Amino acid sequence: MDSLNSLLDGFGTALTPVNLLWAAIGVLLGTAIGVLPGIGPAMAVALLLPVTYGLEPTGAFIMFAGIYYGAMFGGSTTSILLNTPGESAAVVAALEGNPMAKAGRGAQALAAAAVGHFAGGMIGTILLVVLAPTVAELAVDIGAPDYFAIMVLAFIAVTSVLGSSRIRGLASLLIGLTLGLVGLDQMTGQQRLTFGSLQLADGIDVVIVAVGLFAIGEALWVAAHLRRSSGEPIPVGRPWLGKSDVRRTWKSWLRGPVIGFPFGAIPAGGAEIPTFLSYVTEKRLSKHKEEFGKGAIEGVAGPESAASASAAGTLVSMLTLGLPTTAVAAVMLAAFQQYGIQPGPLLFEREPDLVWGLIASLFVGMVLLLALNLPLAPLWAKLLRIPRPYLYAGIMFFAAVGAYAVGGEALDLVILLIIGLIGFGMRRYGLPVLPAVIGVILGPAAEQQLRRALQISDGSATGLVNTPFSVTVYAVIVLLLAWPWLKKLIMRRRNVSV
Amino acid sequence: MTTETAETETPAPRRSWQEWLREYSELGVSALLFVIGVLVLADALTMDVDIAQRGPIGPKTVPVVVGAGLLLVAVLLAVDVLRGGRGEAEGGEDIDLSEPGDWRTVLLLAGVFLAFAVLIGPVGFPIAGALLFWGAAFALGSRHLHRDPLIAAVLSLVTYFVFNNLLGVPLPGGPLMGVL
Repeated sequence: MDSLNSLLDGFGTALTPVNLLWAAIGVLLGTAIGVLPGIGPAMAVALLLPVTYGLEPTGAFIMFAGIYYGAMFGGSTTSILLNTPGESAAVVAALEGNPMAKAGRGAQALAAAAVGHFAGGMIGTILLVVLAPTVAELAVDIGAPDYFAIMVLAFIAVTSVLGSSRIRGLASLLIGLTLGLVGLDQMTGQQRLTFGSLQLADGIDVVIVAVGLFAIGEALWVAAHLRRSSGEPIPVGRPWLGKSDVRRTWKSWLRGPVIGFPFGAIPAGGAEIPTFLSYVTEKRLSKHKEEFGKGAIEGVAGPESAASASAAGTLVSMLTLGLPTTAVAAVMLAAFQQYGIQPGPLLFEREPDLVWGLIASLFVGMVLLLALNLPLAPLWAKLLRIPRPYLYAGIMFFAAVGAYAVGGEALDLVILLIIGLIGFGMRRYGLPVLPAVIGVILGPAAEQQLRRALQISDGSATGLVNTPFSVTVYAVIVLLLAWPWLKKLIMRRRNVSV
Repeated sequence: MTTETAETETPAPRRSWQEWLREYSELGVSALLFVIGVLVLADALTMDVDIAQRGPIGPKTVPVVVGAGLLLVAVLLAVDVLRGGRGEAEGGEDIDLSEPGDWRTVLLLAGVFLAFAVLIGPVGFPIAGALLFWGAAFALGSRHLHRDPLIAAVLSLVTYFVFNNLLGVPLPGGPLMGVL
């Protein structure tokens, strides 16, 4: 019941007028950004990092959480009305949602998605309240070798689970690690990769890397392949659900989080896999199998609920272990570092006001989002008509503001453009962006933990594996690495037995 | 890598080298990774760490590992590309991959951005920012002679005031703000 008391205190923090305002701004921005084509939540959080330089951390994170959840809500609107999902997590919503909209049931599809997000987010956040303190308690006495093991796990997971090519994921990770090396060595003050430049001695700010890769890289890449005739969104009225719709969807809303939450907590690519699994499950369990592919409402409700629950799962790993499992979590981790706060098991002890305020604000944000999305959906859909030149010029504009705000240096803008061009090349040749961002954010911390661990053990490599926790994590890593071979082996065995 | 290049070229001698380059342009990524790897290794190995060393692992170790990793990945990627592996270009809502890349727009955008970096010091944020937005919208194909600069000017001024006066993030006002 301890966490219940803390949560009540958290509501005290979240419901102050100022923090309520930040939550409202966050969900508004998040929904707008989710609806706008071409901007994902990771880019949004990266672009908004500089806005928070003048804010205190609690308000900033309440806003970020609002953006994260809001972008999930908004993303499904684009999928349903335009049939062009911008994010991998929203692909499934387009499968059934768009045929529904074409058949004149767009209002029901939007309502099923919005309520699905609400249900998934609520259940996911309740699970977060129950589980996070326990996880933090279990992990509370982890030391340098354990932190290092977790970070290695993050590196391996993003390069080998995501994307189609491991070698390209690894290349991306190494680019990120290299960018993270630039500057003074944290332990000795030795200059690395600075080439004698005084400005580079401070290192390349994480904000510049994130904005460059997510915003400038994306804007340049879209510019090279801009669709000349953008799709017409399907006009839609106010979302509502009939009794028969509710009877078909309420179980799907409840099933989604069961699949979504655990997948969000592990480094397996965020909402992409659970939304797909949820879709397959709903199809199997549905009494209306023949409708799937032509607009089955369960196929919207379940996956959308899973997507929001996975966002809550992501926060469990991020807050209790400092392990980012999605791009948004990675950028939020960078934001924590900006404030000099290290997410991890001690966060719940050291910053209880911040953590519980943040968690309470998730509940507040969810209610705000449902209220915003149900009656205002037709208004949000208007955002889909924004002329593309303005949209991408705006992204470039705010990226420039953000990079300049970091330190007031024109040189940062040049570095931003160079990193943007790297991001452009990565998109052209199928190098995933996420490993590079994880590399920049976690690389320096991983190096420090490694050196600390070896300092304690006096240089002996056993110092890295002398705790049960780190041994467990390394076992998981070996499993991850061996998975392709294991899969082949299992398949072969199955073929033989057949 | 050059030896591998020669090997694959011999079976199809009739194809021009330009075609070959286009098909295997991903080798450029591999070459770039190789160059960065050499750079990181060279920087790490020329480091003078005798005085600064503390603990068993100094500031050199991790850069050496990263540099060596870059070289290894560069070679593995080249092998993958020559065997026919291709990185998948990223899709998206506004992306049409059936058309060839429009490099003029990309260069124009990069140029506009560089101009902003040069101008922000002397003319200040409000003017440089407006030029950035207008220039980028123009490069992306917007041709409204009155609407574009108006939106650019309003956006830039509002952003300046919100950041500079409300959020406490200083931006240079330049001569324009000196006059106002």
